[in-house]
Amino acid sequence: MQAFARLMERLVFTPSRNGKLRLIADYAAHTPDPDRGWALAALTDGLAFPTAKAGMIRGLAQERLGPELFALSYDFVGDLAETVSLMWPGDGAEGPAPALSEVVEQLQAAGRSEVPGLLARWLDGLDAGGRFALLKLITGGLRVGVSARLAKTALADWSGTPVAEIEEVWHGLRPPYADLFAWLEGRGPRPDIEAGAVFRPVMLAHPLEDDEIGSFDISAYAAEWKWDGIRVQLTARGSDRRIYSRTGDEVTQAFPEIAEAMAFDAVLDGELLVVRDGVVAPFNHLQQRLNRKRVTAKMLADHPAWVRLYDLLIDGGDDVRALPFDARRARLEAWFDRVRPANMDLSPLVAFSGWDGLADLRGGSREAAIEGLMLKRRDSAYVAGRPKGPWYKWKRGPLTLDTVLMYAQRGHGKRSSYYSDYTFGAWRHDLDGAALVPVGKAYFGFTDEELQQLDRWVRNHTTNRFGPVREVTPGLVLEVAFDSVHRSTRHKSGLAMRFPRIHRIRWDKPVAEADRVETLEAMIVE
Amino acid sequence: MPVAAPKPSSWIRVEPAGIFVEPGGFHVDPGRAVGWAVVTHGHGDHARPGHDAVLATPETLAIMRARYRGDAGRRQQPLAYGETVRIGEVDVRLMPAGHVLGSAQVVMDYRGSRVVVSGDYKRRPDPTCRPFEPVPCDVFVTEATFGLPVFRHPPAAGEVAKVLESLTLFPERAHVIGAYALGKAQRMIAELRAAGYAEPIFLHGGLVNLCDLYQRHGVDLGPLVPATGAAKADLQGAVVLAPPSAIADRWSRRLPDPVVAMASGWMRVRQRARQRGVELPLIISDHADWDELLATMADVDAPEVWVTHGREEALVIAAASQGRRARALNLVGREEDDAE
Ligand SMILES: [Zn+2]
Ligand SMILES: [Zn+2]
Repeated sequence: MQAFARLMERLVFTPSRNGKLRLIADYAAHTPDPDRGWALAALTDGLAFPTAKAGMIRGLAQERLGPELFALSYDFVGDLAETVSLMWPGDGAEGPAPALSEVVEQLQAAGRSEVPGLLARWLDGLDAGGRFALLKLITGGLRVGVSARLAKTALADWSGTPVAEIEEVWHGLRPPYADLFAWLEGRGPRPDIEAGAVFRPVMLAHPLEDDEIGSFDISAYAAEWKWDGIRVQLTARGSDRRIYSRTGDEVTQAFPEIAEAMAFDAVLDGELLVVRDGVVAPFNHLQQRLNRKRVTAKMLADHPAWVRLYDLLIDGGDDVRALPFDARRARLEAWFDRVRPANMDLSPLVAFSGWDGLADLRGGSREAAIEGLMLKRRDSAYVAGRPKGPWYKWKRGPLTLDTVLMYAQRGHGKRSSYYSDYTFGAWRHDLDGAALVPVGKAYFGFTDEELQQLDRWVRNHTTNRFGPVREVTPGLVLEVAFDSVHRSTRHKSGLAMRFPRIHRIRWDKPVAEADRVETLEAMIVE
Repeated sequence: MPVAAPKPSSWIRVEPAGIFVEPGGFHVDPGRAVGWAVVTHGHGDHARPGHDAVLATPETLAIMRARYRGDAGRRQQPLAYGETVRIGEVDVRLMPAGHVLGSAQVVMDYRGSRVVVSGDYKRRPDPTCRPFEPVPCDVFVTEATFGLPVFRHPPAAGEVAKVLESLTLFPERAHVIGAYALGKAQRMIAELRAAGYAEPIFLHGGLVNLCDLYQRHGVDLGPLVPATGAAKADLQGAVVLAPPSAIADRWSRRLPDPVVAMASGWMRVRQRARQRGVELPLIISDHADWDELLATMADVDAPEVWVTHGREEALVIAAASQGRRARALNLVGREEDDAE
């Protein structure tokens, strides 16, 4: 447990990606099985302990430390695991520190009534850092700034195995990953993943940059629409049917009508959409389906899910990923004719002639559900990750709005000495006159030099401070670009932008000439 | 027949300016300029400028002169530790508080009744000042900066070891340590020296005067160099000390890829450390932690405890559970010292 605690502690305070990779790799190299496997599971969100609840920890702390002192401390610290870890008496000298594997295995086997006793014993045997790691582990959500991808990359760096190969087997593995580590250390075979409906890492596209337009032979590419939904992988083997997001998170539960339609043995790549009478609904209709834990009959009827298929990865026993795109497409069409699954269709290929024709297509694609074009090299295999060249996405031009800077917040890591996160607003006119309403937040889209200028401007125009946030006088216009805007109850303005970024800093423009909220509202696609 | 000693609350009261000792006609650590002030130590929330007369240790008076120049007090009366002086009808004695150089508890005796105002204090060893000496009393007036059971300061040596370890791990990066200008900065340097670190230590301009003052008072801090104007190459792998306000600001950008450290009792709470962009939190404090606060109340064994500033509520509860009467004084003008 102490090694895991030290890892947590250092990850919490290490801002750099490289630093984190080094720490995880070092931990994997020096920690035996099964501890390192459980740690890996914790880092990749693969552990859950339904019998250990936050309320139980709170009860234990109140009992040991007194309800008043606990309440005052919790109020000050604000995080349950941290509060209890800091105020629990002793420095671990009370008893032997438990091993990580002991904690995980005993907790998985324990009944609800046994957990408090186990927990108290472990807390007595650990110092504050160990207690923090223990409590974070069992309540889930380590929040140490490590994604599953980063953890796998660290394993790849450490073992010299390409991260794509680790991704390929990853979703067929279970903690504590003894077979994975044996393989990575050359002591065992590559884990077998053929038996179940296992997620296969997806292929992603590069954005087509302005200076690349016209720079290569476009006739080598097929084009199709880029649909504004959620990229999914449908994986069905026997009765095992699963819907994965592009990161491998399972979303099957939320879309039972799709799972029901997956009466086949295949792995498919497609876009999850809400479709009514053949018409694709805007993205936030799909969002409403995603946010539901339980799917009601009304939801199913009002927001019917649909998958528009892009690609075929595995057809029965045949892994076709190595085939060129054209050949996979032919198999996909043949497969679709044969199987005819409900609630699905094929994403059509779009005919075009040359770059000019393609640009016209893109410019004319104002349909709400279309984000732009996908370009796929006809001879390219389906490979995991985001290789440069075979696939491009060419989004249609972004929407823009002239906004006024309202608040700035300190950034993180290397940017922590800069005010680099900007909240901007648009004008709303009412009986009292004109007022700025915040409409979004952006923290990229500018150069390092522009960041320095913005930082200086913020410091010289501060009117108010709230912790890491500064309020500034309305005096700077930011031209913000975004992909779309939709209604949202979570924002004061009732609007939410997708992918807002700073497009240009309009040092020249008077704030009174910035846009109104109404202008943004007119851009909503219902 | 012996006359009963007067109740402490009958001769000491809290006024808008702070604690007023009526039979002596003086205030202790008043928050604004008064006629007669007894000052526990040089921190700004205890030592204010502009008093007509000030009584304090010689070191504290020197610190006040360094900070306030001509405004350090019209008449300055030094009083060495352990000596007694009578002011009005009250015998006043200053005893070491272990907080910073010159810091003192004010021991006051009036007709058989004794009140100790401890100012700020800690119980850990500190190479830069005399250790706290408990004085039994009827009322103990205590701070509560870290008056919550979440605050337990680990031994300073272990925290200093983190700096040395990080220096070997990142020999190409400057290590900038945020430390309060009076007390913490000098203690940090002294602890580094005690751990065997002999290299020159670079100083932000805001720390130079007080480090000089400590050295003139016999505290050996080893070789110190101004950071301003130092070559970037010299700052690689070097220790740089700066006031907390400078570490996350433009000033630190001139340093080569700095590891940002901060020496403060607040670093015990991760969220606080992260909010300040600290990569290497060092839990080193010049205030008593929770255990020290509780132990000190027991050591002086006062039946009554008054709590001046910090997180009074929890300490009042803890004092009550030790069987002492306790109350918060709610002094104005002692804002939370975020740097400590
Ligand atoms: Zn102080
Ligand atoms: Zn103080």
